[in-house]
This record gives sequence, structure tokens and C-alpha cells, in this order.
Amino acid sequence: MNSSKPVRSRRMTFFAAIFGLILAVGLVIPANAQDVPDVGPKPRVIVKPMESHIGNLTGHSESAKSDYRRYCAGCHGDYGDANGENAVWLDPKPRDFTIATFKCRSTPTGTLPTDQDIYDTIARGLTNSNMPIWNTFTKQQRADLVAYIKIFSPRWDREKAGTPIQIPAEPPVTMDSIAHGKALFTKLECWKCHGPHGEGDGPSAATLTDSKDQPIRPYNFALGKDDSRFKCGGTNRDIYKIFMTGVDGTPMPSFADVIQPNDAWDLVHFLRTLQVHRHSKENEILMSAHGVIPPYVDKNPPPAAAPADNKAPGGGQ
Amino acid sequence: MRTNKAMLLISTLLVGSSFMFAGTVSGKVTYTGTPAKPKPIDMSKEPTCAKQHPTPITTETVVTDAGNTLDNVVVYVSSGAPDDGQVPAQAVTYDQKGCQYIPHVAAMHVNQELKIANDDQTSHNIHPLAKVNQEWNKSQPPGTPPIVQKYEKEEFIPVKCNIHPWMHGYFAVLKTSHFDVSKGGGEFKLPNLPAGKYTITAWQEDYGTQTADVTITGNETKEVNFTFKAKAY
Repeated sequence: MNSSKPVRSRRMTFFAAIFGLILAVGLVIPANAQDVPDVGPKPRVIVKPMESHIGNLTGHSESAKSDYRRYCAGCHGDYGDANGENAVWLDPKPRDFTIATFKCRSTPTGTLPTDQDIYDTIARGLTNSNMPIWNTFTKQQRADLVAYIKIFSPRWDREKAGTPIQIPAEPPVTMDSIAHGKALFTKLECWKCHGPHGEGDGPSAATLTDSKDQPIRPYNFALGKDDSRFKCGGTNRDIYKIFMTGVDGTPMPSFADVIQPNDAWDLVHFLRTLQVHRHSKENEILMSAHGVIPPYVDKNPPPAAAPADNKAPGGGQ
Repeated sequence: MRTNKAMLLISTLLVGSSFMFAGTVSGKVTYTGTPAKPKPIDMSKEPTCAKQHPTPITTETVVTDAGNTLDNVVVYVSSGAPDDGQVPAQAVTYDQKGCQYIPHVAAMHVNQELKIANDDQTSHNIHPLAKVNQEWNKSQPPGTPPIVQKYEKEEFIPVKCNIHPWMHGYFAVLKTSHFDVSKGGGEFKLPNLPAGKYTITAWQEDYGTQTADVTITGNETKEVNFTFKAKAY
């Protein structure tokens, strides 16, 4: 009879018992461990220097300290929390960098913008707000400021910027494209806020508030003459980006999950016709058709859900 | 050999006991005073939803039940049961039906899958106003597939639809799998609690939070009740 086997199994049983005891004790300890208070100084906020990368430029947060204090803190606040001394007088309110939610992005809703996105916003300013065009800064200064505003939110340390959405090349503007865009504007119920003629007077318009409970108005396409009134840039690509990424912190959602990339261009072309005073290729085509957008004929019609008791949206005249 | 078997049995018992003799905390959520009267919701701007409610539905900020009880209160173990990181495999569903969120309050574990569906004949934009987690805002037209999301951090997130301003709800993202939402007369139940000292928290969206300490010693059911002071408006 081999005597080593029972000894080994006995030893294993012994170890299993010890292991069981350790496990059992371990299950009890964590409950008690929480009763021990954390002693010592409170965790302090340590500002980690941040960087930005825009093309060949590298921005450094430390270099922007004096510029931020002099030019930005008056509205955005010393702590980036939108509580600068001017903030109470402003509408819309300054951006709160501690939340790190940004309107003008090339990245999907809920993600951080790219450095270039923020850089462009600083350079462009925000129309219809008190954020001016900062073209008095050098490119390096702007890049440094992009890095500086990152120190206010831990999100910049934890997360990477979102991946910019893919934008296919713009197809030519045709009446078919405009008509399809109009059908999308109806189907996706853009008119519920923006109004049937894009005048910002849809049935839900009056009730809108931003994520800080401030009243906010939907964009009125019909007002004004040029593109300078678009917050996030006035090119067709910029408009494409607006509804495919959403304007985070506002009621404007992202439509990226529900509009196919090429269909999105059709919507851009229709939206241009709502800018009735603007000279554009879209309005030229509409004029040559005497201002009438023909109904769009879908080759694969889905079950229609027409707005029954609401006005149907119209094209620009 | 017999002693070995006995040792094995003891060790198994020691390990297993905490699971075999699991306790339960259950109770009721009630209120004192007079809560604000729920207001009827006018959905006439959205006929497809309005016709689903022959009697107009009312606001759900405070949902009372018979015997001064409160429903839609999130009750969870806030300390004493270290989170084992076990994320429930089943997704939490959040439905938009008749221009209403069903359920009004959805409780979930951190990183648990959340499926948001639109059963209406109208577009909704689902806009959870997260502050600790990422805020996002997505359009969901009729007939589109559910939006699948996860939240990484503990937070009570108000949810709204900007198109239909009466639509309000909450996501309760918790770092524990021991949670329940009071229903059917303010009742809740937190089963499978191993022996230990716990803090139970009850959260009501308008009335705030309340906590209670409870000790579970074995296979027992302990009653814990919460009473909120109602706000008149």
C-alpha cells in the first residue's frame, strides 16, 4: 500500500480547511474595515499640467495661466466653473469647464471634443453669445488656453477625446436631395422645436431649457442673412456636424444613430433653403422651381407616421 | 480520515454559511403630512400619445399609494456590503410609451446594460442630465432599435425628453446589487444579505434621502421602514 497518498490527501484537506477559514474571515472583515475612519489631511486638489495638440502646435496649460486670468476668468471664473463676476449678467451663460460638456464638437454626443474643436471655438467665438472672436491671440496662445481649460475637469485625465465622426464627401445639390431633406425634417420631427419653416417656433420651442435649467431657444434658420449666426461654424460640413453630434448641454440631440451619412447631406441641403435670405446654391435651385419643393418619393417606403394635428413643415419661399 | 471529513465539512460550512443563511431587509416607505397633488398632464400637442390616455395621466414626482405609502422610492444598501463588482447580466429596460417613462425610476448597477426603447409613434429625444457621468442626448424616432448605454459611476440622473417637456424620469445608478424600488403600497425587499451591519438608504426624487442601520445575524428578515416628510408643493 502506498502510504504517501493518504498523507497528501490529508494535507490537502488540512489546507482546504485553512483556506476555507481564511475565506470565511475575509468575508467578515470588509464590513468592519469600513468603520475605520480615513485619517490625515483631506485629499487635496492637485492641478496636473495639461497639454493640447493642434496640428504641429503643442499647448501647455502653465503658459496660459496669465491669459486665462486676464481674458477668460471674468466670465468662466477662476475655477472654470462659469461663476466669473460677469456671469450673472450673461445669457447664454458661459461654459462651465468643470463639467467638460461642449457644444461644438466633431465627436459623438457624450464624448470630449478634440483639441482642434476647442481651438476652433476660441478662434471663431460663439455667435449670439458674449464669447468673442479671439483672433487677437497668437496660435500658440490659443493652443495654451485649450490645454488650460482641461485642468478644471478630471474627465480630461481619465478619458480620451471622442473619435471624430466620418463625413462623406458632399454630393451635388439637387432638387431630389432637397426634397429628401425636407422629408427627413418632417419624419425626424425637427419641426417640433425648430418650427415648420425653421423659424424656431415649433410646438415645443417655448418649453426648452438647457442642462442648467436656463431657458434656451431653438435655432431660427430664417433670421439673418449670412452664416455668421451659426454657433459652431457656417459651412455645410459644420451644419452636418451639428445634428450628427448634437449640441451637448442643450436640448438638441444627436441624430447619428438614425440618419445615414448620405441622407444627412440631403438634410443639410434642405436646411439651407430655410435660410430664406441667404444666397446659396440650394436657394438658387429652389427659386428655379418657383419655390416649390416636390414631395419626396421613397423607393422603399417605411410605415409612415405623419404628424396628424400639426402643421406640415414647408420649404423656404 | 473521519477528522478530515469533519474539517472539510466545517470549512465548507464556514464559507457557505454567509450564503446559506442569508437575511432579508424588507419594509415600507410612508410619508407624513400632505404631499403636493399630482398635476394632470396635457398631451394635446402630441395627439398620438394623448389618445393612449383616455384619462389624462398625472405627474410622477411623488407617487402615493394606499395607507400613506410612497412608491418609486429607491431603497439600497449604501454601506456594509462591499460591492463585489458583479454586474447583473440582465439589461435594465426603460421604455417610452404614451409619452411616459416606464418605469419612472429605473435602478441599475454601475456598468449594467441599459436598453432604452421607443414604443411611441412619435420621436423622442432621450436626454439624461448626468453630471458625474457623461451627459449625452440622442434622438429616437419611432421604429428605431433600442439605445444601449451604460453608466460608469454612481449617480441619480434626471432624464428628460426636450420635445415633450412633461416627460421626466430618473436613472438610479448604484454601486451595489442590493437595491429595490418601492411599489405596490411602498413595499420593498432586499434579499440575499449575508450576516453583517448595513446602512440602508431610501431616495425619493423630491424628498431627498433617508438612512437606517440594520444588523443581520443569520437567516432572518428584518423590517426597516422609512417615513418621509411630504412637501406641500
